[in-house]
Amino acid sequence: MQVLILFLVLAVLTVIGFRLGRGRSVKLVGGDVARLHSLPGYYGLYVALWCGIPALLLVVAWLSLEGPVLTRLILSAVSPQLLLDPSGGPISQAHLNLLVNDLRNIASGTVASTANPLVKEAGLQLASYRQVSFAAMTVVALALALGGAVMALRWVHADFRARNSVEKVIKTFMVLCSLMAILTTVGIILSLLFESYRFFARVPLTEFLFGLEWSPQMAMRADQVGSSGAFGAVPLFAGTLLISFIAMVVAVPVGLLAAIYMSEYAPRKVRAIVKPLLEILAGIPTVVYGFFAALTVAPFFRDSGQLFGLNISSESALAAGVVMGIMIIPYVSSITDDVVTAVPNAMREGSYGLGATKSETIRRVVFPAALPGIVGGVLLAVSRAIGETMIVVMAAGLSAKLSANPFEAVTTVTVQVVTLLVGDQEFDSPKTLAAFALGLVLFVVTLALNIVALHVVRKYREQYE
Amino acid sequence: MSTAENQMDSKTASAAEIRKRKIADVVNAGLKRRYAAERRFRFYGVAAIAISMIMLVVLFTTILGNGLTAFVQTRVTMDVVASAERIDPQGTRKREDLVAGDYQGAVRDAVLAMFPEVTARKDRKDLMELFSNGAGYELQRKVLENPDLIGKTVRVEVPVASEFDMLSKGYISRDVPEAERKISDKQIGWFDTLKSKGMISMGFNTTLMSSGDSRQPELAGLWGAIVGSFYTLVVTLTLSFPIGVAAAIYLEEFAPKNKWTDIIEVNINNLAAVPSIVFGLLGLAVFLQFFGLPRSAPVVGGLVLMLMNLPIIIIASRAALKSVPPSIREAALGLGASKLQMIFHHVLPLAMPGMLTGTIIGMAHALGETAPLLMIGMVAFIVDIPHTPLDPSTVLPVQIYLWADSPERAFVERTSAAIIVLLGFLILMNAAAVLLRKKFERRW
Repeated sequence: MQVLILFLVLAVLTVIGFRLGRGRSVKLVGGDVARLHSLPGYYGLYVALWCGIPALLLVVAWLSLEGPVLTRLILSAVSPQLLLDPSGGPISQAHLNLLVNDLRNIASGTVASTANPLVKEAGLQLASYRQVSFAAMTVVALALALGGAVMALRWVHADFRARNSVEKVIKTFMVLCSLMAILTTVGIILSLLFESYRFFARVPLTEFLFGLEWSPQMAMRADQVGSSGAFGAVPLFAGTLLISFIAMVVAVPVGLLAAIYMSEYAPRKVRAIVKPLLEILAGIPTVVYGFFAALTVAPFFRDSGQLFGLNISSESALAAGVVMGIMIIPYVSSITDDVVTAVPNAMREGSYGLGATKSETIRRVVFPAALPGIVGGVLLAVSRAIGETMIVVMAAGLSAKLSANPFEAVTTVTVQVVTLLVGDQEFDSPKTLAAFALGLVLFVVTLALNIVALHVVRKYREQYE
Repeated sequence: MSTAENQMDSKTASAAEIRKRKIADVVNAGLKRRYAAERRFRFYGVAAIAISMIMLVVLFTTILGNGLTAFVQTRVTMDVVASAERIDPQGTRKREDLVAGDYQGAVRDAVLAMFPEVTARKDRKDLMELFSNGAGYELQRKVLENPDLIGKTVRVEVPVASEFDMLSKGYISRDVPEAERKISDKQIGWFDTLKSKGMISMGFNTTLMSSGDSRQPELAGLWGAIVGSFYTLVVTLTLSFPIGVAAAIYLEEFAPKNKWTDIIEVNINNLAAVPSIVFGLLGLAVFLQFFGLPRSAPVVGGLVLMLMNLPIIIIASRAALKSVPPSIREAALGLGASKLQMIFHHVLPLAMPGMLTGTIIGMAHALGETAPLLMIGMVAFIVDIPHTPLDPSTVLPVQIYLWADSPERAFVERTSAAIIVLLGFLILMNAAAVLLRKKFERRW
C-alpha cells in the first residue's frame, strides 16, 4: 500500500517535471517555438524521464533486494538461542526457513506458527527494520527524482537536442524489452540447472535417468524406515510417453482428416462454421478438460470396461490420454490446414488432368507433398502433450508403475512435479529438488522437439515459396 | 495413377484379355471401386469433424447440465428471536461484544422451537444438520447493522445445508436405501415439514457470486477467485503489453538482420512452446526463493503469466506491424518525421487494433492458465477476498481445480458453475477480440 502511494507520488512528480520542462523551453525562446531544436514536448519528456527513471529503477532494485538483505540482518541480530537446536548444534536449513517464515509473518502482522516470545520480538524487530528501510528508500527516491528534474531543467536551452536524447532512451528501452525473451530463457535454464545440480549432488544422474523405482516420499527423520526415497524416473517417462501416445492416436487421425476435409472438400459456408468451432476446443482451459476427464470420461471408460469384463482403473491412462487427444485435435488440424493449403494448385490440377479422383489426388499427391510440414506439426503437438499438466494432474494417477497397459493408472512427469511442489516444502530436500530435475528433463525434451519441428516446418515452406 | 490401377488389375485379369480391351474399358472397370474409395475418404473426413464436434457438444452439455443448477440455491426462511441472553448477555450493546455473541445458539433455539417433538440429543444434532451455519452469520450481520433488533424476532433467509440443496434439486434420490445416502429418512421428513410450511424457497445463488471459498459448499463462493484473477491479469497486462509492444517495435522496425536478432527470434518462438509448468518452476525459484516475494500473491502470478504471455504478444504485435504498408512509413519519413515519430504517430496507431487483438487473446489464455500458478502457491485455501495484489489469493481456474478435488456432491455442481463463469469470461474476451478485428481491420 505504502509502495503504491510512493509510485503515485513519483508519477505526479514526473508529470510536474514534464510541464516544467515544456514550460521552460517555451519561455526560453519567448514563445517562438520554431527557434527550439525540438518540439517543446520533447523538452518536457526529457525532464520527465530524468525525474522518473532513476527513481523508479532505484525503487525496483531496492524492493527486490530488501527481502534477502533484511533477512540476513535479522538473523544476525536475533538471539543466538533461536539458531541452535536442542542438542546444541546449529539448526537445520528447514528449521531456519521456518524461522524466517515466522519472522516475516509476524512482521507483516499475520499468524505465525509459534508463540515463542523471542521469535515474536525478532519479528517485531524485523518490522521496524522494514519501516526504516522504507523510509530510507522514500527519501532517496524522492531526492533522486527532484535532483534529476532540477539537473535536467538546467540543461534545457534552445539548442539542446532534446528529441535525440529522448529517442535514445526510448530505443534503449525497446532493446531491453526485446532482451526479456532471452532473459526469461536464461532464467529458466539457470534456475532449473542450479536446483537440478543440487539434486544430482545427492542422487546420481544415472539413477535418476535409468532407475526403475520412483517413491520420493522422504522421511522427516533420518532414522525412519524408507528414509532414503527412490528417484528412478523411468516409470514417469514411460507413463508420460504412454499418455502422450494415446493422445496422439486420437488427435493425429482426427485432426488430419478433419483438416484435409475442410481444406479440400468442405464448402466455404461449412468451413466458416466448423473452423471457429474447432478453435474453441483449443481455447478451453486445460483445467476444464481435466475436470471433464475425471468426472465424465474416466467413469465412462470404467463402466464400459466392466460391460466387457475389463478392469479399467478409474484413473486410467486411457481417459487422460483420450481427453488430451481431444484438446490437441485443433493444433494438429490448424497446422495441417496451413501446410495443405500451401501445396501449389498446379500439383492438384496435374493430378486431375491424369484422371485421378479427388481422394486419389489428396492421398498420392497433396499428402506426400505436405508430409514434412505435417510431421513438424505433429512433433509440436507431441511436445504439447508431454508438457500438458492439468489434465493428467486431475485424471491420471499418482502411483509410479512401469506399465504399458492403458487401462491401468500411470503417472507422468508433470503430475509428479505438481505433487512434489504443492503444499509445504523445504527447499533443500531431494524431494523438492527432484521436481526441478524433472522440470529440466521436460524443458530439454520439449525444446528439442520444438527446434526440430520448427526446422522441419521452415525448411518445407521454403520449397514452395 | 492409371499405371498403378493397371498393375492392380493385372493381378485379377489375365494378360491376354487386357490386351483385347481398350484402355477406356480398363478405366471404367475400376471406376466403381474408385468412386467407392472416394466416398469412403469423404466419409472419414466428415466423421473426423463429427467426432470433434460431438466431443465439443458433450463437453459443453456435461458442464452446463452439471453446473446450471448451481446458480439457484435452496433457502430456508425462518424467524429467529435475537434474544439478548444469547447475543449480548452483558447488555453492553457494544460492537466488540456483539461480534462475540452466540448467534448459532439463537438459530438453534429457533429451530428447536419449530420442532418441539424432537428431544433426543442425537436427533437434535441431526436436525441442526439441515441448516448451514451460515444462518448464524446472517443473523450476526443483521444485528451488527442494526443493534435495535436485539430482543426482537428477525426473519433470516439462509441456504440449507448442501446435502438438502442436492435433495431438493433431485441429485440425491429418495429411493436409494437410507444406508447409502448421507442424509437419513428422518432428516428428509423434517425437510418435507419445512417445505410444507412454505419455509423452503429457491432463489438465485448470491453466495456463489459474492463470497470467498469455504469448506461448506453452500457457503462457498467465487468472488475471491474472481478478484484474484482480476488482480493477476491487471499485473500481467500492465507489464506484458508495454514490454511486448516495445520488443515487437524494436525487432520489426529497428533490429538489424544479424546473429543476435536471429537468436532473439528463435528464442521467442521457442519460449512460446515451453510447457507452462516450467514457467511455474521459474517463478518458484526466482520470484519466491530468490527475491522473497510473498507466496500465493497475485503479483507473483501476474509476473509468471507475464513471462508466459510475452511471446504471444510479441508475435501478434510483429504481425500487426508487418501488415502496415511501407508507403505509410515512407510518407511520414518524407515529410521530415524522425523514425520514432513515424512509428509512434503513424505506424503504431494503424497497428494498434491488431496488437490489442493479440493481447486480448493472450490475456484470455492467461486467465485459463492453472499449472504455473500451482507452483507459486496459489492453491492455498483462502477464505478472504484479497484487497491488494499482495494479499494471498487464488484464481478462477485454480479454484476450479480445488473444488474438483473436494469430495462433496455439491462441489461437483459448483465446480461446473465455476467453469461456466470462467468460460463466460473467456467468451467475452474472445468476442471483444473478434469485434475489434472486425471493426478496425483494414485491407491495404
